[in-house]
Amino acid sequence: MVYLTRIEYFTAAHKLYNTNWTKEKNEEVFGGCANENWHGHNFDLHVTVKGSPQKDTGFVMDAKVLGQIIKEHIIAKVDHKNLNLDVDFMKDTMCTVENLAIGIWNELLPHLPEEASLHCIRIYETQRIYVEYFGN
Amino acid sequence: MAAQQLVSVYRKEHFNAAHRLFNASWNNEKNKTVFGKCSNEHYHGHNYELVVKLTGPVDVATGFVFDLKEMSDIITDRILEDFDHKNLNLEVEEFKTVNPTAENIAIVIFNRLRPLFPQHLQLQIRLYETERNFVDYPA
Repeated sequence: MVYLTRIEYFTAAHKLYNTNWTKEKNEEVFGGCANENWHGHNFDLHVTVKGSPQKDTGFVMDAKVLGQIIKEHIIAKVDHKNLNLDVDFMKDTMCTVENLAIGIWNELLPHLPEEASLHCIRIYETQRIYVEYFGN
Repeated sequence: MAAQQLVSVYRKEHFNAAHRLFNASWNNEKNKTVFGKCSNEHYHGHNYELVVKLTGPVDVATGFVFDLKEMSDIITDRILEDFDHKNLNLEVEEFKTVNPTAENIAIVIFNRLRPLFPQHLQLQIRLYETERNFVDYPA
Protein backbone atom coordinates (compact mmCIF):
# COMPACT_ATOMS: atom_id res chain seq x y z
CA MET A 1 0.00 0.00 0.00
CA VAL A 2 1.39 3.38 -1.01
CA TYR A 3 -0.04 6.81 -0.18
CA LEU A 4 0.01 9.45 -2.91
CA THR A 5 -0.66 13.12 -2.11
CA ARG A 6 -1.48 15.90 -4.53
CA ILE A 7 -1.35 19.52 -3.30
CA GLU A 8 -3.53 22.21 -4.82
CA TYR A 9 -4.27 25.79 -3.79
CA PHE A 10 -7.23 28.11 -3.68
CA THR A 11 -8.10 31.48 -2.19
CA ALA A 12 -11.55 32.24 -0.85
CA ALA A 13 -13.63 34.47 1.41
CA HIS A 14 -15.80 33.14 4.21
CA LYS A 15 -17.26 33.92 7.59
CA LEU A 16 -18.15 31.84 10.60
CA TYR A 17 -21.67 32.76 11.49
CA ASN A 18 -24.52 30.73 12.98
CA THR A 19 -27.76 32.33 11.83
CA ASN A 20 -29.66 30.79 14.77
CA TRP A 21 -27.59 32.93 17.14
CA THR A 22 -27.56 36.67 17.80
CA LYS A 23 -24.79 38.84 16.39
CA GLU A 24 -23.40 39.18 19.92
CA LYS A 25 -23.27 35.42 20.46
CA ASN A 26 -21.57 34.92 17.08
CA GLU A 27 -18.95 37.51 17.96
CA GLU A 28 -18.45 35.91 21.34
CA VAL A 29 -17.92 32.42 19.87
CA PHE A 30 -16.21 33.23 16.55
CA GLY A 31 -14.52 36.57 17.27
CA GLY A 32 -13.13 38.32 14.18
CA CYS A 33 -14.10 35.30 12.04
CA ALA A 34 -17.77 36.32 12.40
CA ASN A 35 -17.22 39.68 10.66
CA GLU A 36 -20.37 40.20 8.60
CA ASN A 37 -18.38 41.59 5.67
CA TRP A 38 -16.27 38.42 5.34
CA HIS A 39 -12.54 37.79 5.55
CA GLY A 40 -10.41 35.34 3.58
CA HIS A 41 -7.54 32.91 3.29
CA ASN A 42 -5.12 31.18 0.97
CA PHE A 43 -6.07 27.55 1.47
CA ASP A 44 -3.68 24.66 0.73
CA LEU A 45 -5.51 21.45 -0.11
CA HIS A 46 -3.71 18.10 0.28
CA VAL A 47 -5.53 15.12 -1.19
CA THR A 48 -4.09 11.72 -0.29
CA VAL A 49 -5.13 8.51 -2.03
CA LYS A 50 -3.88 5.02 -1.32
CA GLY A 51 -3.41 1.87 -3.34
CA SER A 52 -0.86 -0.51 -4.78
CA PRO A 53 1.40 0.65 -7.59
CA GLN A 54 -0.05 -0.70 -10.87
CA LYS A 55 2.12 -3.32 -12.54
CA ASP A 56 2.15 -1.61 -15.90
CA THR A 57 2.63 2.03 -14.84
CA GLY A 58 4.19 1.84 -11.36
CA PHE A 59 1.62 4.45 -10.29
CA VAL A 60 -0.97 4.23 -7.52
CA MET A 61 -2.71 6.56 -9.93
CA ASP A 62 -1.40 9.17 -12.32
CA ALA A 63 -0.68 12.25 -10.14
CA LYS A 64 -1.44 14.51 -13.08
CA VAL A 65 -4.89 12.95 -13.45
CA LEU A 66 -5.45 13.33 -9.70
CA GLY A 67 -4.58 17.03 -10.09
CA GLN A 68 -7.06 17.36 -12.97
CA ILE A 69 -9.84 15.69 -10.95
CA ILE A 70 -9.23 18.01 -7.98
CA LYS A 71 -9.12 21.08 -10.22
CA GLU A 72 -12.28 20.13 -12.11
CA HIS A 73 -14.43 19.10 -9.15
CA ILE A 74 -13.09 21.26 -6.30
CA ILE A 75 -10.82 24.14 -7.32
CA ALA A 76 -13.19 25.33 -10.06
CA LYS A 77 -15.93 25.59 -7.44
CA VAL A 78 -14.02 27.22 -4.58
CA ASP A 79 -11.12 29.27 -5.99
CA HIS A 80 -11.66 33.03 -5.81
CA LYS A 81 -15.10 32.37 -4.37
CA ASN A 82 -17.10 33.13 -1.27
CA LEU A 83 -17.45 29.76 0.48
CA ASN A 84 -20.71 30.74 2.22
CA LEU A 85 -22.43 32.18 -0.86
CA ASP A 86 -20.91 30.61 -3.97
CA VAL A 87 -20.19 26.95 -3.15
CA ASP A 88 -23.11 24.53 -3.58
CA PHE A 89 -21.72 21.80 -1.31
CA MET A 90 -21.21 24.24 1.59
CA LYS A 91 -24.80 25.54 1.54
CA ASP A 92 -26.62 25.02 4.85
CA THR A 93 -23.46 24.16 6.73
CA MET A 94 -21.16 26.19 8.96
CA CYS A 95 -18.24 27.30 6.77
CA THR A 96 -15.43 26.08 9.02
CA VAL A 97 -12.37 24.39 7.60
CA GLU A 98 -13.55 21.18 9.30
CA ASN A 99 -16.79 21.14 7.34
CA LEU A 100 -14.95 22.17 4.19
CA ALA A 101 -12.74 19.06 4.49
CA ILE A 102 -15.82 16.83 4.84
CA GLY A 103 -17.50 18.57 1.90
CA ILE A 104 -14.45 18.16 -0.33
CA TRP A 105 -14.18 14.47 0.63
CA ASN A 106 -17.80 13.87 -0.39
CA GLU A 107 -17.37 15.77 -3.66
CA LEU A 108 -14.19 13.97 -4.70
CA LEU A 109 -15.09 10.43 -3.71
CA PRO A 110 -17.25 9.54 -6.75
CA HIS A 111 -14.62 10.80 -9.22
CA LEU A 112 -11.59 8.76 -8.19
CA PRO A 113 -10.54 5.67 -10.16
CA GLU A 114 -11.10 2.21 -8.74
CA GLU A 115 -7.43 1.55 -8.08
CA ALA A 116 -6.94 4.54 -5.76
CA SER A 117 -9.08 4.95 -2.65
CA LEU A 118 -9.41 8.28 -0.91
CA HIS A 119 -7.42 8.32 2.32
CA CYS A 120 -7.23 11.88 3.63
CA ILE A 121 -8.29 15.44 2.95
CA ARG A 122 -5.97 17.89 4.67
CA ILE A 123 -6.63 21.64 4.43
CA TYR A 124 -4.37 24.38 5.71
CA GLU A 125 -6.37 27.50 6.50
CA THR A 126 -3.24 29.32 7.63
CA GLN A 127 0.34 28.15 8.05
CA ARG A 128 -0.46 27.24 11.62
CA ILE A 129 -3.97 25.84 11.36
CA TYR A 130 -4.93 22.72 9.44
CA VAL A 131 -7.49 19.92 9.61
CA GLU A 132 -7.52 16.33 8.39
CA TYR A 133 -10.53 14.19 7.50
CA PHE A 134 -10.24 10.45 6.89
CA GLY A 135 -13.83 9.78 5.90
CA ASN A 136 -15.28 8.66 9.22
CA MET B 1 36.23 58.43 9.71
CA ALA B 2 34.64 55.11 8.80
CA ALA B 3 31.52 55.21 6.68
CA GLN B 4 28.31 54.92 8.64
CA GLN B 5 27.24 51.31 8.91
CA LEU B 6 23.66 50.79 7.82
CA VAL B 7 21.67 47.81 8.98
CA SER B 8 18.16 46.67 7.96
CA VAL B 9 15.75 45.28 10.53
CA TYR B 10 12.55 43.47 9.60
CA ARG B 11 9.30 42.67 11.33
CA LYS B 12 7.03 40.05 9.80
CA GLU B 13 3.29 40.08 10.49
CA HIS B 14 0.24 38.57 8.84
CA PHE B 15 -3.43 39.31 8.37
CA ASN B 16 -6.36 37.47 6.78
CA ALA B 17 -8.73 39.54 4.71
CA ALA B 18 -11.34 39.45 1.96
CA HIS B 19 -11.16 41.65 -1.12
CA ARG B 20 -12.14 41.92 -4.76
CA LEU B 21 -10.55 43.79 -7.63
CA PHE B 22 -13.09 46.16 -9.06
CA ASN B 23 -12.97 49.45 -10.90
CA ALA B 24 -16.27 51.20 -10.18
CA SER B 25 -16.03 53.31 -13.33
CA TRP B 26 -16.13 50.16 -15.48
CA ASN B 27 -19.09 47.85 -16.03
CA ASN B 28 -19.13 44.27 -14.71
CA GLU B 29 -18.07 42.78 -18.05
CA LYS B 30 -14.99 44.99 -18.32
CA ASN B 31 -14.05 44.23 -14.70
CA LYS B 32 -14.37 40.54 -15.45
CA THR B 33 -12.25 40.86 -18.59
CA VAL B 34 -9.45 42.74 -16.81
CA PHE B 35 -9.49 41.18 -13.33
CA GLY B 36 -10.95 37.73 -14.10
CA LYS B 37 -12.03 35.72 -11.09
CA CYS B 38 -10.45 38.31 -8.76
CA SER B 39 -13.48 40.51 -9.45
CA ASN B 40 -15.98 37.92 -8.06
CA GLU B 41 -18.79 40.08 -6.65
CA HIS B 42 -18.93 38.03 -3.43
CA TYR B 43 -15.22 38.58 -2.77
CA HIS B 44 -12.41 36.09 -2.16
CA GLY B 45 -9.54 36.32 0.31
CA HIS B 46 -5.95 35.82 1.28
CA ASN B 47 -3.53 35.18 4.10
CA TYR B 48 -1.40 38.26 3.60
CA GLU B 49 2.18 38.23 4.87
CA LEU B 50 3.54 41.66 5.63
CA VAL B 51 7.25 42.37 6.00
CA VAL B 52 8.17 45.85 7.23
CA LYS B 53 11.81 46.85 6.73
CA LEU B 54 13.65 49.73 8.40
CA THR B 55 17.17 50.66 7.32
CA GLY B 56 19.49 53.00 9.20
CA PRO B 57 22.48 53.34 11.51
CA VAL B 58 22.75 51.34 14.72
CA ASP B 59 22.01 53.59 17.70
CA VAL B 60 25.10 53.71 19.92
CA ALA B 61 23.19 53.76 23.18
CA THR B 62 20.72 50.90 22.48
CA GLY B 63 22.47 48.87 19.79
CA PHE B 64 19.17 48.98 17.87
CA VAL B 65 18.24 50.41 14.47
CA PHE B 66 14.74 50.51 15.94
CA ASP B 67 13.15 48.58 18.82
CA LEU B 68 11.42 45.62 17.12
CA LYS B 69 8.84 45.30 19.88
CA GLU B 70 7.87 48.93 19.36
CA MET B 71 7.81 48.31 15.60
CA SER B 72 5.45 45.37 16.13
CA ASP B 73 3.16 47.47 18.34
CA ILE B 74 2.99 50.21 15.70
CA ILE B 75 2.17 47.74 12.90
CA THR B 76 -0.45 46.01 15.05
CA ASP B 77 -2.07 49.28 16.03
CA ARG B 78 -2.07 50.99 12.62
CA ILE B 79 -2.40 48.05 10.21
CA LEU B 80 -3.49 44.74 11.74
CA GLU B 81 -6.27 46.23 13.87
CA ASP B 82 -7.86 47.69 10.73
CA PHE B 83 -7.01 44.96 8.17
CA ASP B 84 -7.13 41.58 9.95
CA HIS B 85 -10.33 39.56 9.45
CA LYS B 86 -11.77 42.47 7.49
CA ASN B 87 -13.12 43.16 4.04
CA LEU B 88 -10.56 45.55 2.54
CA ASN B 89 -12.97 47.06 0.01
CA LEU B 90 -15.74 47.73 2.51
CA GLU B 91 -13.96 48.33 5.80
CA VAL B 92 -10.64 50.06 5.15
CA GLU B 93 -11.16 53.77 4.48
CA GLU B 94 -8.47 54.13 1.78
CA PHE B 95 -9.91 51.33 -0.38
CA LYS B 96 -13.30 52.95 -0.68
CA THR B 97 -11.72 54.87 -3.55
CA VAL B 98 -8.63 52.79 -4.42
CA ASN B 99 -8.61 49.25 -5.87
CA PRO B 100 -7.11 46.93 -3.20
CA THR B 101 -4.46 45.26 -5.35
CA ALA B 102 -1.31 44.06 -3.59
CA GLU B 103 0.45 47.12 -5.07
CA ASN B 104 -2.06 49.57 -3.61
CA ILE B 105 -2.23 47.78 -0.27
CA ALA B 106 1.56 48.11 0.05
CA ILE B 107 1.36 51.84 -0.76
CA VAL B 108 -1.42 52.38 1.78
CA ILE B 109 0.54 50.53 4.46
CA PHE B 110 3.64 52.60 3.67
CA ASN B 111 1.70 55.86 3.87
CA ARG B 112 0.16 54.88 7.19
CA LEU B 113 3.46 53.84 8.76
CA ARG B 114 5.86 56.43 7.34
CA PRO B 115 4.98 59.22 9.83
CA LEU B 116 5.37 56.84 12.77
CA PHE B 117 9.05 55.97 12.27
CA PRO B 118 11.99 58.42 12.54
CA GLN B 119 12.66 60.19 9.23
CA HIS B 120 16.33 59.12 9.13
CA LEU B 121 15.25 55.45 8.80
CA GLN B 122 14.34 54.17 5.33
CA LEU B 123 11.05 52.28 5.26
CA GLN B 124 10.15 49.55 2.80
CA ILE B 125 7.05 47.37 2.64
CA ARG B 126 6.96 43.84 1.23
CA LEU B 127 3.51 42.30 0.95
CA TYR B 128 2.84 38.68 0.01
CA GLU B 129 -0.66 38.09 -1.31
CA THR B 130 0.14 34.42 -1.83
CA GLU B 131 3.40 32.53 -1.37
CA ARG B 132 4.18 33.20 -5.00
CA ASN B 133 2.82 36.72 -5.53
CA PHE B 134 4.42 39.60 -3.66
CA VAL B 135 5.22 43.28 -4.09
CA ASP B 136 7.75 45.76 -2.71
CA TYR B 137 7.14 49.46 -2.11
CA PRO B 138 9.05 51.66 -2.63
CA ALA B 139 10.55 49.73 -5.55
